[in-house]
Amino acid sequence: MHMHKFEKIWLIFGIGALVVFLSVVGVSAFYLGNKPPSCLTTIDPKKVDTEAPFDKPGLNKVEGKEWDYELVYVASAFFYNPGEVEVPLGAKVKVIATTKDVVHGFQVAGTNINMMLEPGYVNEIVTTFDKEGEYLVVCNEYCGTGHHLMSSKIKVVK
Amino acid sequence: MSSQTAKLKVDPRDGKLAMAHFYVAFIALALGGLMGLLQTLVRSGKFELPWGIDYYQILTVHGVLMGLVLTTFFIMGFQYAAVSRTAGTHSPAARRIGWIGFWVMTVGTIMAATMVLLKEASVLYTFYAPLKAHWIFYLGMTFVVVGSWLDGAAQIMTYAKWRKENPGKPSPLLSFMAVINTVLWIVATLGVASTVLFQLLPWSLGLVDTVDVLISRTLFWYFGHPLVYFWLLPAYMSWYAIVPKIIGGKIFSDSLARLSFILFLLFSIPVGFHHQLMEPGIDPAWKFLQVVLTFMVIIPSLMTAFSLFATFERFGRSKGATGLFGWFKVLPWNDARFTVPFIGMASFIPAGAGGIINASNQMNQVVHNTIWVTGHFHLTAATSVVLTFFGISYWLIPHLTGRKLTKAMNKLGIIQGWVWFIGMVFMSGAMHFQGLLGGPRRSAFSTYGDAAQAAEWIPYQIAQAVGGSILFLGIILMIIIFVNLAFFAPKGEEEFPVGEAENLEEKAPMIFENWKLWLGITAALILFAYTIPFIDMIQNAPPGSPGFKTWSSW
Repeated sequence: MHMHKFEKIWLIFGIGALVVFLSVVGVSAFYLGNKPPSCLTTIDPKKVDTEAPFDKPGLNKVEGKEWDYELVYVASAFFYNPGEVEVPLGAKVKVIATTKDVVHGFQVAGTNINMMLEPGYVNEIVTTFDKEGEYLVVCNEYCGTGHHLMSSKIKVVK
Repeated sequence: MSSQTAKLKVDPRDGKLAMAHFYVAFIALALGGLMGLLQTLVRSGKFELPWGIDYYQILTVHGVLMGLVLTTFFIMGFQYAAVSRTAGTHSPAARRIGWIGFWVMTVGTIMAATMVLLKEASVLYTFYAPLKAHWIFYLGMTFVVVGSWLDGAAQIMTYAKWRKENPGKPSPLLSFMAVINTVLWIVATLGVASTVLFQLLPWSLGLVDTVDVLISRTLFWYFGHPLVYFWLLPAYMSWYAIVPKIIGGKIFSDSLARLSFILFLLFSIPVGFHHQLMEPGIDPAWKFLQVVLTFMVIIPSLMTAFSLFATFERFGRSKGATGLFGWFKVLPWNDARFTVPFIGMASFIPAGAGGIINASNQMNQVVHNTIWVTGHFHLTAATSVVLTFFGISYWLIPHLTGRKLTKAMNKLGIIQGWVWFIGMVFMSGAMHFQGLLGGPRRSAFSTYGDAAQAAEWIPYQIAQAVGGSILFLGIILMIIIFVNLAFFAPKGEEEFPVGEAENLEEKAPMIFENWKLWLGITAALILFAYTIPFIDMIQNAPPGSPGFKTWSSW
């Protein structure tokens, strides 16, 4: 099969760029640890309210871990519990969340905190809140009539 | 291409079946477009739906009609005609199977649509469990898929007949491409058929109590990404094999066109996890593997871009154009059959770039499930693909109905293309920007308790309503042209343009039609990308989920 010289150059350049790009993404994920949220922990969706840590939603100070706080959320149609929370500026926080019913999203608008909440699974993300202000948490996966009303608020305060 | 067996005119009996598909497709466009307009108006915050109609109900109608009905019916009609034109008239048996497929799809569409209108299935076109729709909705969707398999079987039969009658020869390019797309579709729909038949139907009928959410999502996305290539490849068929003929040029290379289609078949399916990057139940290593496989489709995309622009440039130079971009001026800009698909092609450059961002392991986190994604597929599917489909309609519909594309309709077609483009710049552009600020997708109007961040999104939502209104105007124009070409245009002959390769001595290698080989590699890649994660999902499954109905009823 014949291939034009310019096309060969074009493809070598394109595939080379692809290799570089994927290497960067791969190094970032597996060497620097910037992996997408994949908690791999399961839970009985009917027993969310009685199991730790979801029996105590909200901000909890922890000791002896890589992060200072755990921010626990329970999502259900069409609420997040807690509905509003204050986080100290600069705190390293592990956000842990699950859902009691259908699939919900958990997105802190204006940040990279973004994850899917699925019945039966716990999801989590570690982040540092290093900018003061009020952040809106929105559900970004359709969950029913009240989907656009489902939100929560994170206040990052000094 | 063998000119003895390839009739220049599509057999009227095949034309009738193709037209039947187009009637359904354009009805879907009209109704789905109206729903799209209403959505953008609601989301502007200045309009409320009357008579207790629910926003998420019309969102479901819009998604199902545009994403599943318009596309599947148009593609099957187009491919059925393209195979008939290039590989010869379909046999009576193939035609009968095609008609059965058409009716099965139509009945399925009516079943699903009825349940949505009754507010029994406001689950959007992704119908994610554990939202539980009425079983008739799922059964209707199954019929659409099974009907499309029958349609595809008719095309494969005619292709196989051509191969038998022409041993040792490469098949006509358009038929080859149609068969690749049909095979891709059949392999991909096995996923969605499995979740519907084995999980959602028994569950919605009450035969089982719970559903495994992660498995149903994984099976859905096994289908959901190749689905977008199933939309795109017919547009590529037109760009590779039809547009060169329309402008009076040649196909850059027949063999490279075939190779790129084979690469799309191989790399479009084992990649569904890149839609599930933000999900809790899948190991990051497997997610990354599928991200890598996803990026392989960039290679045939680059090949396609090269071929198309090489065709344009060579044509331009043959017309005496000089300089780096001189060829651009001599292209037939006053021909709707060229200009409209060209706008689609050009839109694919930013659209493809956005796709690379979405599929990227970590960048996805910024835009996942924001309205950026909606903006993205309104550039890819709703601009590149749909404008190319319109471009195809401008010659195919009169060809099939024995009418002429008049000067007036040609001009209206060009206006339609530009109206669409302008509408999409507003709507899709605003969606991309709002998404970067965190605005969620699939949401009705909300100020989120007068939150400051939500207030920043509203101007973009107003821009989307402006764009949506312009686009709806484009749909009205398209419907006018369709009705004219189908029923009122003057009788006459319109050409079915089929391009010829520049180098006719160079035959396509026969290895391209070695189906055992390509299907074998496809299966191996799918097994490689899915087997272990799938076993993992089953072994480590949480307790199943009962069904929920979280939307408002009548």
